[in-house]
Amino acid sequence: MPASDYIVTIGLEVHAQLTTQSKMYCGCKVGYGAPPNSQTCPVCLGMPGAMPTLNEAAIEKTVLTGLMLGCENPEISKWDRKNYFYPDMPKNYQLTQFDLPLCEHGSVPLYDHCYPKDVQKDIPRPGYAVKLTRIHLEEDVGKSTHHEKNTTIDFNRAGTPLMEIVSDPDIRTGEEAFAYLNSLRQILIAGGVSDADMEKGQMRCDVNISLRKTEEEPLGAKIELKNLNSPAAVRRAIHYEIDRQSTELDAGTPQVQCTRRWDDDLGESTVMRSKEDAHDYRYFPEPDLLPIRTAPIVEAMKKLVPELPHEKSQRFVTDFGVTEYDASVLSSDKHLATYFEQAATGAKNTKLVANWVLNDLLSALKESFTEIQDSTQVPAENLRALVDLIESGKISGKQAKNDVFPAMLETGKTAGDIVKEKGLEQVSDTGALEAFCDQVIQENEAIAADVRSGNEKAANALVGRVMKLSKGQANPKVVIGILLEKLK
Amino acid sequence: MAAAPESDLDIRYVADLARITLTDEEADTLGGQLEKIISYVKQLEALDVSGIEPTAHATPLFDIVREDTVKPSIGVDATLANAPQKTTDQFLVTKVVE
Ligand SMILES: [Zn+2]
Repeated sequence: MPASDYIVTIGLEVHAQLTTQSKMYCGCKVGYGAPPNSQTCPVCLGMPGAMPTLNEAAIEKTVLTGLMLGCENPEISKWDRKNYFYPDMPKNYQLTQFDLPLCEHGSVPLYDHCYPKDVQKDIPRPGYAVKLTRIHLEEDVGKSTHHEKNTTIDFNRAGTPLMEIVSDPDIRTGEEAFAYLNSLRQILIAGGVSDADMEKGQMRCDVNISLRKTEEEPLGAKIELKNLNSPAAVRRAIHYEIDRQSTELDAGTPQVQCTRRWDDDLGESTVMRSKEDAHDYRYFPEPDLLPIRTAPIVEAMKKLVPELPHEKSQRFVTDFGVTEYDASVLSSDKHLATYFEQAATGAKNTKLVANWVLNDLLSALKESFTEIQDSTQVPAENLRALVDLIESGKISGKQAKNDVFPAMLETGKTAGDIVKEKGLEQVSDTGALEAFCDQVIQENEAIAADVRSGNEKAANALVGRVMKLSKGQANPKVVIGILLEKLK
Repeated sequence: MAAAPESDLDIRYVADLARITLTDEEADTLGGQLEKIISYVKQLEALDVSGIEPTAHATPLFDIVREDTVKPSIGVDATLANAPQKTTDQFLVTKVVE
């Protein structure tokens, strides 16, 4: 039977590095770019007898994440040792949380604009929020580099605060997984808890996926996918996995629990370890760290919950009258949202401001490889002034696009100055325009008569001729008003 | 060797998890010693703990945290001083690819 006849069940485990200054259990600096093994100490090197201490900011950021995602918090939260033997983890155990994580339950809303572009028009579960199991706080491992004959290890990354966000098996397609990752990233950035860039390894994702034929059957064998470095790779890997498993199931080959490694260049996955090799982590409570009472931290963090992207989006619709879609794109990035809000506040036509930000400004920034927060050429108030000039009829939209905006980008000057310098002001002076209109009416009596007899549409032909006479500088809105007045 | 006390300890499995290779003789010796440790700790099972509140930690203390401030690290030379094998600035280990 075809893949579409199987019920697909997907759960995601997302690791996000937190934006703290120091590591989770020691004071070593967190961050990239330092010489290898220069940001290390006995704690993060796993020296016997070294004592870990909890980083308060990491705990706060995890609790804040829980608040943004509607989680609950166990009254007491504690840390445990997860034992395994691997060279990037020098203690031979990872300090993580087992039975009392900082956050439980909650959900991640799937924003429409976070789905892949090609499916945004046809979302099977619009407005769905994927349920979460838990969020716990642990530490990152060192960085291994594999060479032909050996492996080298840099422990600068070891001990970086890492938040693990575990979803319920509540995702059905690769597209939902894609939307989940993008929506989650936007929320984490809005809260300032993680930079959450998958391509930079600040956010990583493992996928669990199983297939079965009916809802009545228990979940199929769980296949874990690793080495997924972007939301697009997650989507591709899930498609591949659904095809592979359904083809095998059709052929009568049952699936066996295992972990597979995705190769995004080859577009295929291969078995990495079987169930027999599954780790036996032998968790036990960490004796060197004391438990945390969550209530006071939750109370303190409530004040820091930011306006979330979907809340901001709703406000943009209400306050500025932009479309739901435009609002969701404008609110998807903190800096873009701030820019738009500044430009739209007090503008004569806020929808037009949204169009200019989303089309002209964003494509200009893209061409110059500039992020909106780093761009200085067109400050928000200058864009507002440009749109106001169009709206009040001083310049046409065409002039703004072809002449004024490019000059603003190039020189950083205001729209008003450029219009003056270039002599672009449209003729709205009715005296001059009336003369043009009289001339055109005289020269086109047949059309004029048609308008007089009630066919107002025919006046458009006359507007064109007035525009020609004014060498394109007349304001068409003003022209049509004069013509209709004269031809009443 | 004295007969080891009864337990479900599988010394080969434990050694495998720790990536330690044992000779038969070592397995016998260490297995016996571990069995003794486990049976010693197992005496705790005889205690009646019904009616005692479970705790997350043996010490009745909570909320011991530190501020998120950077402290000096120990430096590359000290970090690598104990490395059994190293390159100029990294630990060198047998090739591990999962
Ligand atoms: Zn350290």
